[in-house]
Amino acid sequence: MTAPAIIFFLLAGIALAGAVSLILQRHPIHSALSLIVVMMALAGLYLLLGAEFVAAVQVIVYGGAIMVLFVFVIMLLNAGAEERTNLSRMARLVGLPLGFFLAFELVYWVARAGPAGSSAQTAVSSTRELSKLLFQKYALPFELTSILILIAILGAVVLAQRER
Amino acid sequence: MSELLARHPILIVSAIKVIVLMFLLLTTLAYLSWFERKVVAHMQSRWGPYRAGPHGLLQPLADGLKFLFKEDPRPAGVDRLVYYLAPFLSLSLALTSIAVIPFGPKEIQILGHRTPLAIADLNIGLLFLFAITSLGVYGVALAGWSSNSKYPLLGGLRSSAQMVSYELALTMSVVGVLLLAGSFNLREIIENQKNFHWGFLPRWNIFAGPFPQLLGFFCFFVAAIAETNRLPFDLPEAESELVAGFHTEYASFKFAMFFMAEYASMITVSCLATILFFGGWLSPFPDTRAWAWTHFLPTVLFGLGGLYVIWDGIRYETVLGRILLPGLGAVFCLLAAAFTIPNVNDFVQGPFWFLLKVSLFLFFYVWLRGTLPRFRYDQLMAIGWKVLLPLSLANVVLTSLAIVWFKR
Repeated sequence: MTAPAIIFFLLAGIALAGAVSLILQRHPIHSALSLIVVMMALAGLYLLLGAEFVAAVQVIVYGGAIMVLFVFVIMLLNAGAEERTNLSRMARLVGLPLGFFLAFELVYWVARAGPAGSSAQTAVSSTRELSKLLFQKYALPFELTSILILIAILGAVVLAQRER
Repeated sequence: MSELLARHPILIVSAIKVIVLMFLLLTTLAYLSWFERKVVAHMQSRWGPYRAGPHGLLQPLADGLKFLFKEDPRPAGVDRLVYYLAPFLSLSLALTSIAVIPFGPKEIQILGHRTPLAIADLNIGLLFLFAITSLGVYGVALAGWSSNSKYPLLGGLRSSAQMVSYELALTMSVVGVLLLAGSFNLREIIENQKNFHWGFLPRWNIFAGPFPQLLGFFCFFVAAIAETNRLPFDLPEAESELVAGFHTEYASFKFAMFFMAEYASMITVSCLATILFFGGWLSPFPDTRAWAWTHFLPTVLFGLGGLYVIWDGIRYETVLGRILLPGLGAVFCLLAAAFTIPNVNDFVQGPFWFLLKVSLFLFFYVWLRGTLPRFRYDQLMAIGWKVLLPLSLANVVLTSLAIVWFKR
């Protein structure tokens, strides 16, 4: 096995373990920490693909901003450990079959797709190329997205504001 | 070993660099605490540490031993995993960020391999640094939460809010520098600041045309002080309200780890300020024949310092001091002599100016601590969101306008 393959399987294993632990943990903070582990492992995978900028942004945005807010809110609400229940009737009758169906579908399509094509070769890796795409070719969708996010922020502020 | 070296030279060479840098960094951390206590003490007309060794020079060693051998109680009801994880996370992140800092322009030779004077020379060096510092908040927040005690929890909450708020201004304030340099690579950012205005004013980013980054530097440094939780923004550990804030329940070496993390991030931020705004390893004097004498400034500085230490040491009141201090002075003088050898002289120029600027920033940090009182929490938030963020955004707009206007 070559070094990149070893690193890939290591990072993929860490990501999977983090994802499983996210579901199995009983305390919200532990779940949030598991999610951070998943994010970091994904950033490592991006780095392995040569997408340095995306990896750094993954850590800064997801690891440093979004997950900090998650942890912050959990700390603020002082959420305790969750109760573990047996599956509810809803989960047993609808959730389990749907889950199995999703797993089957994923396996089926991945198996049919065969080995990865050359899609990774055309990926944009350098920051300069990426920003050229973002601010020239896709400038309009990009700006529209930022306006959408701005509206969402304003909406959150309006909703959170107390009545005067 | 030799086979491994032949196949993966970069692994061995990097390991050697990491070990050397860690040793130097941890020693610096220890003596930075001594430096801070001494400087603040003299500002307040006290002596500071004076008992352990001459002028308290062995105080860091004594402190380290004390931290190692103290009892390490675990408070009742803590979340065990997170409680142990938090100081580890704090320290390891703070130490990791130093890895991308370049200390000089010259390459060094280790085991026959040429390698830059930094552990890693990344294309995205600056982004990597921000990624690491943005994770630093977890150490503080998790420490506060896991301690199962009200003061640490409040301290942790405060610090998460503070660090998230100031990170925004910190990141926005360097965009101006990035626009001028056109690169995330710290080495290229420094190389870009090389020339001189009118033959004497260095073209560092703080003075650079078309738009001097004075505003950017102001925002960066204020935000950086808040980001490292130092006075006047050390709300997370405000003694009068929160006992010791997030690390109230930590003792022994776990407390020392938080302590070291704080000093390590101070060093990183000072390095970053030097690189981004003050030309990194570049000398403030032009590289012409008329200014060639400035190449001997390291010798002059070390020589005078060494002579002073010897002169001070021979009259010291304890026998240990009369041996130790002149010895230290002699080492300085020897270094000064070594710096006159042409090759060595050429090599030390970069690291000398870099470390000199970094130590000036560190002194500034301590100076601030000795001078300013702590802000109130609402003032802190108001400064972050209503002053620094708009100012740094204005800096981005003005810099881009100036670049478009003058560089067409």
